Amino acid sequence: MSTKGDAAMPVDVLKQKYVSKVGTVTLGATPAEGGTRTHTVTVGGDSTLPFLHFEGEVPNRPVVAIEVPDVAPPWDESLKRFWGDVWDDPAAWAKKAVDECGADLVCLKLMSPDPDFGASTPDKCAAVTKNVLEAVGVPLVVIGCGIADVDNEVMPAVAEAGAGENLLIGTATQDNYKTLTAACMVHKHNIIALSPIDINICKQLNILINEMNMPLQRIVIDPTVGALGYGIEYTYSIMERIRMGALQGDRMLAMPVFCNVGYEAWRFKETTAPAEEFPGWGDAIERSTLWETMTGTLFLQAGGHIFVMRNPESVALLKRHTGQLMVPNEY
Amino acid sequence: MILIGERINGMFKDIRRAIQQGNPEPIREWARRQEAAGADFLDLNVGPAVEDRVPAMKWLVEIVQEVSDVPLCLDSTDYNAIEEGLKLCKRPAMINSVPAEMPKMERVIPMAKEHGAYCIGLAMNDKGIPKNSDDRLALAMELVATADAYGLPMDHLLIDPLILPAYVAQDHGPEVLETIRQVKLLASPAPKTVVGLSNVSQKCVDRSLVNRTFLVMAMACGLDAAIVDVNDDDLVDAVATARILLNQDVYAESYLKVYKNRGVR
Repeated sequence: MSTKGDAAMPVDVLKQKYVSKVGTVTLGATPAEGGTRTHTVTVGGDSTLPFLHFEGEVPNRPVVAIEVPDVAPPWDESLKRFWGDVWDDPAAWAKKAVDECGADLVCLKLMSPDPDFGASTPDKCAAVTKNVLEAVGVPLVVIGCGIADVDNEVMPAVAEAGAGENLLIGTATQDNYKTLTAACMVHKHNIIALSPIDINICKQLNILINEMNMPLQRIVIDPTVGALGYGIEYTYSIMERIRMGALQGDRMLAMPVFCNVGYEAWRFKETTAPAEEFPGWGDAIERSTLWETMTGTLFLQAGGHIFVMRNPESVALLKRHTGQLMVPNEY
Repeated sequence: MILIGERINGMFKDIRRAIQQGNPEPIREWARRQEAAGADFLDLNVGPAVEDRVPAMKWLVEIVQEVSDVPLCLDSTDYNAIEEGLKLCKRPAMINSVPAEMPKMERVIPMAKEHGAYCIGLAMNDKGIPKNSDDRLALAMELVATADAYGLPMDHLLIDPLILPAYVAQDHGPEVLETIRQVKLLASPAPKTVVGLSNVSQKCVDRSLVNRTFLVMAMACGLDAAIVDVNDDDLVDAVATARILLNQDVYAESYLKVYKNRGVR
């Protein structure tokens, strides 16, 4: 049966030409490169808006880093159905994340130096970092507890322990970037530059870090992502402006984007409230899985490159969606 | 904004003397200084005093390329000098310039196309510089049509509406600004626009102030490029600020420094 819709009408697809592209950052180092990783992971390099393959290059698939806390975390109990057996064993958690859950990277979250979690020492954190490196072959992200003074003690020790491994280390902020940047430069790691959903501070922090002679291709932007239902559209706009800046030749915005999805998605009652509390919201497990997935999906479409996540089922869904978006859409 | 550094020009005494004496040092020095100040192109003009412009231009191109990677803008009314210079350029260059008259366009525009060069087209002809915007646009259209006929990509053509000194020809200012606006409507994609900025301030008391004020006004009208004193820090700061206000760059505290260092790898 023939319908009017079958008649092919030639359409001129408008293609924007950009003068520049997002820079690439390579994480990890193989034995040949002085490290012990089985492979490296490269992110970024996009020369168009997210996944517009018909217009430009999307050379590197966005990746998932599974978050591994270094002590038993105060996370929602429902996550124990995946991680219960490794809840206080970061090396085993990391190995499970890679072997069973398809993590492209491991994101070691050093909570233990936080006084609320035991005020662990820099030496112990360095040792945990080494244990995790031994447990997995994928490149490693290591994030401090977020207390500036503590991070400034701990992260240089971690950077030294991971020397040669080309880690991604966080988190530098406008008020606390010098010690972390210096540590990353001395031991040749990459750095996460965190700004509070603010394009101007984002750019300024990249400038400040770069002024310390840190190469631009070793900086990753964390724009501060929100969660679905909690101002996520602000982050979307910032990420859109970062990408447009990069494509229009602003070198100080041309870095891959790091999205701390799990942390954000699991802060709210939509992921943690039991079904009895909000019967109209449906099954709690399904709800939390989809909440983290949808939060990640939105940032995937906004131009994110590295996604830190917690729930393996959300990871699987996000990776499946990434695969669909990586199929060239030619015209 | 494409900033073309004006300083290597035989109109300046130190450059004229350097060319006459075959002394490369002042040339190198200005190439380095303009590159450090953020020039996107370096204008090279052997000046009026040189007898044979062809070897002088070739010499300038070679000397400058020894110390700088910035693309060159070959500035001469002797098209043989430009052509020989183009052959030596390591990066796509710019031709400065051709008026809207035959047979000069026939000589220069195919040359630009052949060498992948940008070409500045002057909105004037053998009758001189027009008094108003409409007549400038008519000449700009001739340049556009000729560029199109010879297959020069439109974004490689830069129309110069020719600004005159405010000191003697104040009435040309608004006509030039209007021309900059209207040139964008002549073709799609549109040609670029350029001005030889320092001309606007000839004989004025505070030349730097006059220059940068006119430049930001022209930027607001859509100006793409200017031949300027790129070592005038106030001027470059004004360009950086105008780019922020026109939403062409993202603001950050260090935006002035970032703009100045934009070419540094």
